[in-house]
Amino acid sequence: MRKTTPSQDFIRGIWNENPVLIQMLGLCPALAVTNSVANALAMSAATFFVICCSSVLISTCKKFIPHEVRISSYILVIATFVTLADMLLQAYAPVQHKELGAFIALIVVNCMILGRQEAFSAKNSVFRSLLDAIGTGIGFTIALVMMGGFREILGEGRFLGYSLFGPNFEPWVIMVLPAGGFLTLGFILLAMGFFEQRKKAKTEQAVEVSS
Amino acid sequence: MSEKGIKEEIAVEEPATPESQEIPVTETVSTFRLVATLAIAGALAGLLIVLVNQHTKPIIDKYKAEQLQIAVYEVLPDVERYNTFYLVDDALSLSLPDGAKESEYKRIYVGYDTANKVSGVAISRGESGFQDVVQVIFGFDPVSGKLSGMKVLDSKETPGLGDKIFKDLDFVKQFFAGPETPLVGVKSGAGKGQPNEIDTITGATISSKVVISIINNGLKEWRPVIDKGIPQAPAVSANEEVSP
Repeated sequence: MRKTTPSQDFIRGIWNENPVLIQMLGLCPALAVTNSVANALAMSAATFFVICCSSVLISTCKKFIPHEVRISSYILVIATFVTLADMLLQAYAPVQHKELGAFIALIVVNCMILGRQEAFSAKNSVFRSLLDAIGTGIGFTIALVMMGGFREILGEGRFLGYSLFGPNFEPWVIMVLPAGGFLTLGFILLAMGFFEQRKKAKTEQAVEVSS
Repeated sequence: MSEKGIKEEIAVEEPATPESQEIPVTETVSTFRLVATLAIAGALAGLLIVLVNQHTKPIIDKYKAEQLQIAVYEVLPDVERYNTFYLVDDALSLSLPDGAKESEYKRIYVGYDTANKVSGVAISRGESGFQDVVQVIFGFDPVSGKLSGMKVLDSKETPGLGDKIFKDLDFVKQFFAGPETPLVGVKSGAGKGQPNEIDTITGATISSKVVISIINNGLKEWRPVIDKGIPQAPAVSANEEVSP
């Protein structure tokens, strides 16, 4: 059995177990709505809100939820917060809400959120669950904004709507199309795998030298 | 996930607390408790949603109305104010039958000039485009049949190609130049100078033809109704919209 400290709970979701880049969870929104940074941010904010609220509520009520109906209860809690996020976004960020469309409602089935409830919030204190949820939410945000950034810069020559390269830049339209999402994710994972491997090789070398 | 899988995860995640160890082991919880838990949770969820909805609905409705109002004034540039008419039993009517749902009725927006005379009609209509339904609002003069403007309200056309139907200002400008109807789409530069020609966008032929088809079909559907006569509306009516 492995004990974790609160800081580990927090960091884990951001880097070591980044939901999108390492665990490969929540890929549907990561591919679908990252054609601009603004959309990626709106999606991340909605997901962040849902995962934090659900984690706090579920870890608070964990003693009252019978084991047999826990999954349905979790889904109910998550769906409620997603509906709230949907309505709030529509009221206060109507432009983004229109861009994201059905993907807001689809946060309900983001397995990253349900996964954290089942694996962590259901068995840990409220404080630890909140830390875990914030970490996971930040990790998700980092991945989405990274993808949105690449795609918007290459696909439209802009970042957050500000033109970067002047009028002579020919946008790579494919980057804002669905295919660009897969390409971007593929290259990010490739880069991460490359550095991971190099790090591994270095540590192995160090072990050999020392022994 | 199987029961076993969950227990294993508990072991990896965190030293199991007494509760989490007990829950799977305790004798079956009564059905009543299961139902009650879900019922209470469902009721609370519903309550929460209703509360937030009560707060956000007016804001959302106001925004939608504002967007529509802006669009109507954009496609009917010479209009002082406008009224919404609903199609009730094949005739235009300012009011709906009692207890009818507003969203179930087709409608047009009739614009008036300063002398309170009908000077333009705006119609919102959607048809399948290259990707998804393209929603367009357009305005025209019911007497001469000339268009006064067009605005794409909603479209998921391909970025960089199909989205030129609202991003390519040269294309959009043609609809504001008062072309005669029904419109005919021609390849850019291949027109014969007829007053009802619209140059389609190279690389977005389907999307531009959809816009033209929406306008032509919308006119075909509504002209007979409008030609029967638009009912006189009081100078200041209940749903009057004041120009911004």
